[in-house]
Amino acid sequence: MPGLSGRMSTVVKSKISRLLDKAEDPSETLDYSYQKQIELLQNVKKGIADVVTSKKRLQLQEEKLKQQMVKLDTQARQALAAGQEDLARTALERKNVIQTELQSLDAQIAQLEQQQEQMTDSEQKLRAKLEQFRSKKEVIKAQYSAAEAQVKISEAATGVGEEMADVGLAMQRAMDKTENMKARADAVQELEAAGTFDDLTSLDSGGQDDIDRQLAQLSSSSEVDSDLARMKAELASGQPSSAGELGAGAGSDGESATATEAPAAADAPAPEESGQ
Amino acid sequence: MIVRVSTEGQYELGEQDKAEFDELDNAAVASCQGEDEAAFHASFDKLLEFVRSHGKRVEGDDLRGSDVILPPPDVSIDEARAEFSGEGLIPG
Repeated sequence: MPGLSGRMSTVVKSKISRLLDKAEDPSETLDYSYQKQIELLQNVKKGIADVVTSKKRLQLQEEKLKQQMVKLDTQARQALAAGQEDLARTALERKNVIQTELQSLDAQIAQLEQQQEQMTDSEQKLRAKLEQFRSKKEVIKAQYSAAEAQVKISEAATGVGEEMADVGLAMQRAMDKTENMKARADAVQELEAAGTFDDLTSLDSGGQDDIDRQLAQLSSSSEVDSDLARMKAELASGQPSSAGELGAGAGSDGESATATEAPAAADAPAPEESGQ
Repeated sequence: MIVRVSTEGQYELGEQDKAEFDELDNAAVASCQGEDEAAFHASFDKLLEFVRSHGKRVEGDDLRGSDVILPPPDVSIDEARAEFSGEGLIPG
């Protein structure tokens, strides 16, 4: 039974020989594949640019969602302080949905980054083979008779052809994935347009709408419950704890104020004395 | 023996590695006949790992063609099966 590699090798090799058979003499073979290589390199460049664009778009969305998350967290605190638990719950539910969305955006951005690296690497490898091919061609022509040179050059062209087929495959796969990412970015944009990530200022007097009901089902209520409980505890104790990473803004201000006071009172006198 | 891992690059394996390579290669084909994506990837990853760890990277300016070509590391079980049954990953 032939292995997985056997089948793949046959397919690639027949493709390369079809490509090279189009030319009958060595210089034509060279010129033909040379032109193909230039085309391919241009395509790779375009492909890389496309991947970078998709990545930037996802990064922008990520930034926006993060800001929205901070806003919703603040609103949940305000609502709770004002005794409006329902409103606080809605804000936390939305925050929860954003959090899930952010995780998947993170994974996708990492994947695009990996693709970008791989394509850059492919481009370099193809360039190296191309350079080598060009210099080798001259050496072969000088060393061998025309018939022998044709054989030798065809061999060398096969190596380049294989690299070209491989870069072509890498490109195609990268583009397919990038298409998926674009669809993903579009989907996030649609959710955004539907108000899924909106903060509470856009809600009519804190009323529940369809989106809210859907959100309530979507987001894990236990997480929302624990967020609510935490915020309540913070309110009761009169100061925010360090638990919420997004609530850290208000908390760290308070902490840093006491932190700067403490050394002044306790530690400062010693160095001052030694200085005098 | 030169082995290409598609979209990754070429590796040169010694003659002494051929038997084990063939064995792992056959195991990968056998597992892609099933429906279990995880089982397929476990065996395919084993094959790739063998090539990467036993093979020596072929330099970029080396113009030798490969003796065998493996599908890309991120190949899905469906793609692998199609590859094996005749509809290749490489278009026309």
